[in-house]
Amino acid sequence: MDSTHDDAPVHLHPIHTGQVSATVARPIMRVENVDVYYGDFRAVTEVNLEFGLHEITALIGPSGCGKSTLLRSLNRMNDLIDGARVDGQILFHGENIYGKGVDPIEVRRRIGMVFQKPNPFPKSIYDNIAYGPRVTGMKVESMDDLVEESLTRAALWDEVKDKLKQSAIGLSGGQQQRLCIARAISVRPDVILMDEPCASLDPIATMRIEDLMQELSKQYTIVIVTHNMQQAARVADRTAFFTAQVSEGTGARTGVLVEYGTTTQIFEDPNDQRTEDYISGRFG
Amino acid sequence: MLADTTASKPEALTTASTGGPTTPSGHPPRSLFAGRARPGEAVIKLVLRLAAAVAIVTTIGILIALLVPAIGFFREVPVFEFLFGDRWAPRFADASFGVLPLVTATAWTTAIALLVAVPLGLGAAILLSEYARPGLRKVLKPILEILAGVPTVVYGFFALQFIQATVLREWLQLDTGAFSVLAAGLVMGIMIIPTVASISEDAMSAVPMSLRQGSAALGANRMQTSLRVVFPAALSGIMAAVVLGISRAVGETMIVAIAAGNQARIVTGPLEQGQTMTGFIANAALGDSRVGSLEYDTLYAVGLLLFAITLLVNFISIRLVRRFRQAY
Amino acid sequence: MHTLQDSLTPSPTMPLSTGETSRERRPAPLIFLILLWLSLLIAVVFLLTLIVNIVLEGGSRFGAQLFTEYPASSPDRAGARPAILGSIWVIGVTAVLTIPVGVAAAVHLEEFADKHHWFNRAIELNVQNLAAVPSIVYGLLALAFLSLLGVRDKNIVIGGALALSLLILPVIIIATREAIRAVPSEIRDGSLALGATKWQTTWRQVLPASVPGIATGSIIALSRALGEAAPLLLLGALVFVSFDPNGLLSGFTTLPIQIFNWTGRPQEGFHELAAAASIILLGLLLLMNGLAIFIRNRYQKRW
Repeated sequence: MDSTHDDAPVHLHPIHTGQVSATVARPIMRVENVDVYYGDFRAVTEVNLEFGLHEITALIGPSGCGKSTLLRSLNRMNDLIDGARVDGQILFHGENIYGKGVDPIEVRRRIGMVFQKPNPFPKSIYDNIAYGPRVTGMKVESMDDLVEESLTRAALWDEVKDKLKQSAIGLSGGQQQRLCIARAISVRPDVILMDEPCASLDPIATMRIEDLMQELSKQYTIVIVTHNMQQAARVADRTAFFTAQVSEGTGARTGVLVEYGTTTQIFEDPNDQRTEDYISGRFG
Repeated sequence: MLADTTASKPEALTTASTGGPTTPSGHPPRSLFAGRARPGEAVIKLVLRLAAAVAIVTTIGILIALLVPAIGFFREVPVFEFLFGDRWAPRFADASFGVLPLVTATAWTTAIALLVAVPLGLGAAILLSEYARPGLRKVLKPILEILAGVPTVVYGFFALQFIQATVLREWLQLDTGAFSVLAAGLVMGIMIIPTVASISEDAMSAVPMSLRQGSAALGANRMQTSLRVVFPAALSGIMAAVVLGISRAVGETMIVAIAAGNQARIVTGPLEQGQTMTGFIANAALGDSRVGSLEYDTLYAVGLLLFAITLLVNFISIRLVRRFRQAY
Repeated sequence: MHTLQDSLTPSPTMPLSTGETSRERRPAPLIFLILLWLSLLIAVVFLLTLIVNIVLEGGSRFGAQLFTEYPASSPDRAGARPAILGSIWVIGVTAVLTIPVGVAAAVHLEEFADKHHWFNRAIELNVQNLAAVPSIVYGLLALAFLSLLGVRDKNIVIGGALALSLLILPVIIIATREAIRAVPSEIRDGSLALGATKWQTTWRQVLPASVPGIATGSIIALSRALGEAAPLLLLGALVFVSFDPNGLLSGFTTLPIQIFNWTGRPQEGFHELAAAASIILLGLLLLMNGLAIFIRNRYQKRW
C-alpha cells in the first residue's frame, strides 16, 4: 500500500492496454489495479488512475464500458448491488476505502455523489439540504446558515430563498439538479462524483451546471462521467478515456482504461489510436 | 458569495489540501473512515427480524395446535375409521367418528360454488381483459370489490332467508327443507367470483399483445382470439384461480353454518341439508368443550383435515401461479 | 374447404369487408359477448337483491333502539349496542397489535433481509400460505394458545383480537411490502450517497413515503377483520352478552356474531333484527373502505 504523505508528484505505472502521459501534481484519490466484478462478470479491468486535488476529471467513452461502474466504486455505492466486488485498491488520502475497519457510510459522506436523473427527496427544499447534516450527526451551530451556504455555493440560493419550505419536487429539472448538488455539499465532502449530471437537462440548464462545476472545483475535487465529449473538453482538467473489450468466448464486454492525461493532450494529441477514433467520431 | 466559512467550523476543509492525514506526533493515524458506533440500529434490526419471524411462529403454532389434540384423538379413534367411516356422531352415547358425511357436505357446497363462480368469474375476467373499454373497468372493478367485501355472515343470512326460504321453496316450489347445500353453495359461489375473476384476469392480461395481434391479423374475431389463443395461453393462471376458489370454498364457515344445515349426514343431492367440516367446527364450539376431552380433540382432528386439504390445494395453486408468471 | 389462402386473397365476388359480413357480427361471437355480459349482470342483480332484501327486512327495526339496547329474549326489546361497541373495541385492539408487527415484518423483508437466505425465503413462503388459511383455523389456534396459558374464560377482547390479528397479519405484510416497493430506488440512493445508514434511509425517507399505501392496506385489512365471525365463535363468543365491553379482559360480542346469533333464532323478529344489524355492519364497511380509497386518491404519491 502506498504510504507517501508528501506532495511529490507521483508517476502512474504504465498499463498494458494503453499509455499514460500525465502526472498528477497533488492526488487526493488513487485507483490502483482495480477490477470490478458483478458476480463472475468482470465489468471493468485493470484501472490505474489518479484524481488531482481541486481538479475536474472526466471519464469518457462509449456506453457500456464501465465508467459508471467505476464511479460508483469510488464511494462504495457499488456495495449495494448484489454480488459486486472490487479487486485492487482505491486510496483516499492514502487510505484504502475498501480496507478493513472502513465504514462505507463514512466513505460516502466524504465522497459525495450527484446522479444522472435529479432525485430530490419528497420534502421541502430546506429539509432536503438539512437531511445530510442531520443524519450524519454533524455539529452545526446554525442549520439555517448551512442551508444558505450550500444553496449559495450551488448557485441556487437566489432562486429559492423565498420558498425554502416548499416541496423540492416543484422545482424545474435544472433547479432540482442544482439542489442535489447543494445537498451533496451540505455534508462537506472532499470529492464530488457526478454521473452524467446533465443527461436529462436542456442546454441552458447544462450550461449553468458546467459553470457551477468550474466554480465548485476551487473547493472540491470533481470526477464526472459524461457521454458528451464536448462537455469534457469544456470543463475537465484531465480526461480518462475508456472503451470496451469484447471477450471472444462469451461476448461479454469488459471496460478498460485506454488513456489518461490532460484534457488538452487527450483531445489534441492522443497517444492511442482508439482514443483518436473516438474523439474524431469514427465510433462510439 | 463563496465566503470562506471554514475558519469558524471545526470540520475544516483544510485536510483536503494536504497529501494525507497526519497527527502532530507523526504516528499512523486512526482510519479516516472509522464509523460511529450505532448500537441502537443493531437492536432495531433485531426487532424487525423478530417481527418477520412471527410468520414462521404462527405456522408452527398452527401445526402444533392442530397436531397435539389430533394425535390425542387418533389414539382413541383409528385413522381408517375417521377417514372412511360414514357416520358422524361424536356426541352420542354410541359415538361414531366417520368423517365422510362432513366431507360430502363440503364437497357438494364446493362443487356448486364452483359451478357458479368459474363461469361467471371467467366471464368477468374475459370482459375485463379482452373487451376492455375504459368505462367498463370503472364499473366492473368496484362491483367485484363490493362482492368481495360483503361479510360472510350477511351472505349466510341472505342464503337462508332469501335464497332458501323464498327462491327455492316459495318461487320454485322445490322439495327442500329449511336448509340446503344448494342455497349455501350458490351464495358461496357468488362470494368467490372476485377471487376467480381477478386471478384469471391477471393471467390473461399477462398474455402478450403480440399474440392477440397475430390472431387478429389472421382474421379471427375477438371471441375466437379469446377462446383459442388467450385462454389456452393463460391456462395455468386460470387453473390457479379455480384452485384458489376451491380453497376458499372449502374453508368458508359462516355461509354453510347458517344455510347448509347442522345434521351430519351423507349428502346425495343438492336439495338436501348437511354439515360441512367448517360447519361442524363452528357449531361444536358453541357447546362447552373441556380441554383434553375427546370432544375437544375431535374439533382439532377435523381442523387438521381441513388444514391439510387447504394446504394441499394452496400449494398446487402457488405452483400453477409461478408457472404462468414464468412463462412471460 | 375454406383455407387460409382463401381468407387472404379476396375473390372478386366477395368484398373484403363490409359491415354485414364483419366477423364480429356473426351469431356465435354475438352470443358469446351476450353471455359475458350476462355473467356481469347476474353478479349485479345478485348484489342488488341482497342489498334490497337486507334493507327491506331490517328497515323496520333500524332505529334508536338498535343502537342503545342490549340483546334480550324478545325481539321487541333487543338491540345491538354491545355488539357495536364490541366490534369497535376488538378492531381497535387488533389494529394496535397487528399493524406495528406487520409493518416491521414488511420493512425487514423489503429493506434489510438477505433475499437468498433460507430464513427469509421461509418467511415469504409462510406469509403466502398463511394468507390462504381458512379463518376458522385461526380460531382454533387462538383457542389452543389461550388454553395453554390457562385462561378459563376465553371470550375476552384480547383473545378475539389475537385471533383476528394473526388472521390479517399476512394481508398487512403484503400490502406494506407493495407500498415500500413503490418508493423509487433513486430516493434510497440519494440518501445513502449522503452518508446515511440503511435504517436512517428507511425511517426518514422510505417509510414516510409509504404511509398512504400502508394506511390504505391496513384499513382494508381491518375492514375484513370487522366482518369476521368464525374465529371468534370458537372462543365462546356466543355467550349472551348484556354489558358494554370495558377492558382487554372483558367479555364481548361483535356485530357479525350478533347477526349469526339472531339469524339462528326461530322468531321472525330476530331475523329482522339480524337484517338491521347487517345494515349497520355494511355501513361501517362502506365507511372504512371509503376512507381507504380517499386516502389512496388524495395522498398516494405518483412517482
